[in-house]
Amino acid sequence: MKKMLMATTAAALLATSAMAASHSKEVKLGILIGFTGPIESLTSAMAQGAELAMKEVTDSGALLDGAKVTPMRADTGCIDNGLSTSNGERLIADGVAGIIGGDCSGVTGAILQNVAIPNGMVMISPSATSPGLSTVEDNGLFFRTAPSDAREGQVMAEILMERGIKSIALTYTNNDYGKGLADAIESSYKAAGGEVTIVAAHEDGKADYSAEMGALASAGGDILVVAGYLDQGGLGIINAALDTGAFETFGLPGGMIGDSLPANVGDALNGSFGQIAGSGGKGADAIKEMSAAAGFDGTSPYAPESYDAAALFMLAMQAADSTDPAVYGGKILDVANAPGEKIYPGELAKALELIKAGQDIDYVGASAVELIGPGESAGTYRMIEVKDNKNETVGFK
Amino acid sequence: MDLLNAVIALSNYVIIPAMAYGSQLALGALGVTLIYGILRFSNFAHGDTMAFGAMVTVLVTWGLQSLGVSLGPLPTALLALPFGIMGAMALLLVTDRMVYRFYREQKAKPVILVIVSLGVAFIMNGLVRFIIGPDDQKFSDGERFIISARTFKKMTGLEEGLAIKTTQGITVITAVIVVALLFWFLNRTRTGKSMRAYSDNEDLALLSGINPERVVMITWLLVAALATTAGVLYGLDKSFKPFTYFQLLLPIFASAIVGGLGNPLGAIAGGFVIAFSEVTVTYAWKKVAGYALPDGWAPDGLIQLLSTDYKLAVSFIILLVVLLFKPTGLFKGKSV
Repeated sequence: MKKMLMATTAAALLATSAMAASHSKEVKLGILIGFTGPIESLTSAMAQGAELAMKEVTDSGALLDGAKVTPMRADTGCIDNGLSTSNGERLIADGVAGIIGGDCSGVTGAILQNVAIPNGMVMISPSATSPGLSTVEDNGLFFRTAPSDAREGQVMAEILMERGIKSIALTYTNNDYGKGLADAIESSYKAAGGEVTIVAAHEDGKADYSAEMGALASAGGDILVVAGYLDQGGLGIINAALDTGAFETFGLPGGMIGDSLPANVGDALNGSFGQIAGSGGKGADAIKEMSAAAGFDGTSPYAPESYDAAALFMLAMQAADSTDPAVYGGKILDVANAPGEKIYPGELAKALELIKAGQDIDYVGASAVELIGPGESAGTYRMIEVKDNKNETVGFK
Repeated sequence: MDLLNAVIALSNYVIIPAMAYGSQLALGALGVTLIYGILRFSNFAHGDTMAFGAMVTVLVTWGLQSLGVSLGPLPTALLALPFGIMGAMALLLVTDRMVYRFYREQKAKPVILVIVSLGVAFIMNGLVRFIIGPDDQKFSDGERFIISARTFKKMTGLEEGLAIKTTQGITVITAVIVVALLFWFLNRTRTGKSMRAYSDNEDLALLSGINPERVVMITWLLVAALATTAGVLYGLDKSFKPFTYFQLLLPIFASAIVGGLGNPLGAIAGGFVIAFSEVTVTYAWKKVAGYALPDGWAPDGLIQLLSTDYKLAVSFIILLVVLLFKPTGLFKGKSV
């Protein structure tokens, strides 16, 4: 017994020293997203997606000659600018080499202005979708693997046109997200030749939506597009529309796509349609399998984008052979876009080796990453139609 | 024929929803006004009392549904309502014993009681979320419509549909019954009269041998019944979500103050004034005008006085105007 104990201790000691040698370099990546607040149900899978990529790279030992990547989680509260900024500062003080985040558009802007730009830190947001972030002055420090809502507006307009819908009434949840998305849908749809009869805001969590419904119904339109949240005012608006018989079919942008909506509304929702950021194909299948093995749901909204955000950081660091944001920041667009060999989830080790050998890669990842313009995802959307009380994917755009 | 369509469109989008919403506000405002009249403070915990009573009702409804009990076309929640009322009564009596009585004995100023009630509201709010969770809960069953827009169109051949939800019907009918019972109680029974006496002049009431603790207790019991009924009707008509009840507090207080705090008749009138003004002032008259005006006269615009963004502002403008010109409210209440 004693011998065995000695032997294992010795082995363990050897192992640790070996680990210490190979992982002499530690790279810390901050995960700064809203673990509390309005999207807390999504952030757990998002963080696990990012950590999955980090673990994959650490296990491979291929990054910067065997660096270990350590995640550091911090909370934004989704809508709490003060909390986000102080947690961002804390991450910087702890020595992170990059920040995956923020999540909601408002706090992402605040972190960018107050933390990232003053400290020269690179941020990749997996889920901030406000069009306003496309034009913000970011000194080349801000990227996102989520598409801008302006793109969703175009996609929605195309879908409406393909379905032969000539006029819509449009209502949005009264915040940055809703307003930005509604503007995008309105301008794209009008440009495509459609008529928008009314654009009316609704407040979330309000007592009664009769007034809003009266105005929307009076303006009329083939369908009602609801740019809101499925467990908030959006649901109330749809119920009010069905109750009064004002509209029978609804256009549902990303915030309205979720299993709870068909379940709550029932049969009447069948035939309504919409879209949500997401992609199919090899990358989506790969992340689904890998996340299942790791014990979480990798198809949850923005979890693939989070995996991709983490992967982009590590690939760019390898390409620049540095963890200094000022050095590797310029490499992010290189590794994300063509030309080069296409890289899918689970192939990060291969990608790192290729980069080391001086070859180009084109990171596709879990969400079909293609960074355009100021460094944001071009955006693939999953087209959804509600059939038999379920959201079904009817195609990709 | 076209005029008929105009009337139907107006009823469907303005009159019927506003009637139901007005009834819910009126029931809520009655509770607020009773507390103000008799206990002499504005109870900010009223919204959360509604949420608590409705929550108990929801839980009992689920129990009944799983036992297979139903009321046929009517929602099972009506059967569970008495249990919800009892739950709310117990909660309010315990709160009174543990919190309000202490301040009453100190003869605390109303403003202190208001802040105390705000604290109570947060505790009740937490309690409700803790028990049933912060999410939307569905508990309505039975027939959804008395008449749906589609059947109405088919029946009459009109272009416009008229929908009356079962819950809207029940809301208005229940509100009428509850208000009638309340007025009978306050005006005809001995206890009701003693409550009014206590409200009018506390000292004289005490001299004539009215037991204040009993009046206070009965007030809380009535308030529990009113709040739970309002909360359940609201939940049936829309959906049960703890947070919206806190939001409901604003229009309820606006109703009570517009009508005249402390005056039950005023609370009812105030509820309907607020509900109708919220819906009508922001209504887009395009559709109605399109039917009512001769061909070609109908304008292209929406004919909307104010965007719906301002619907809350409408209630408060009315509130301000009333307070400026008639500080005691439309019906003679106590001045605030």
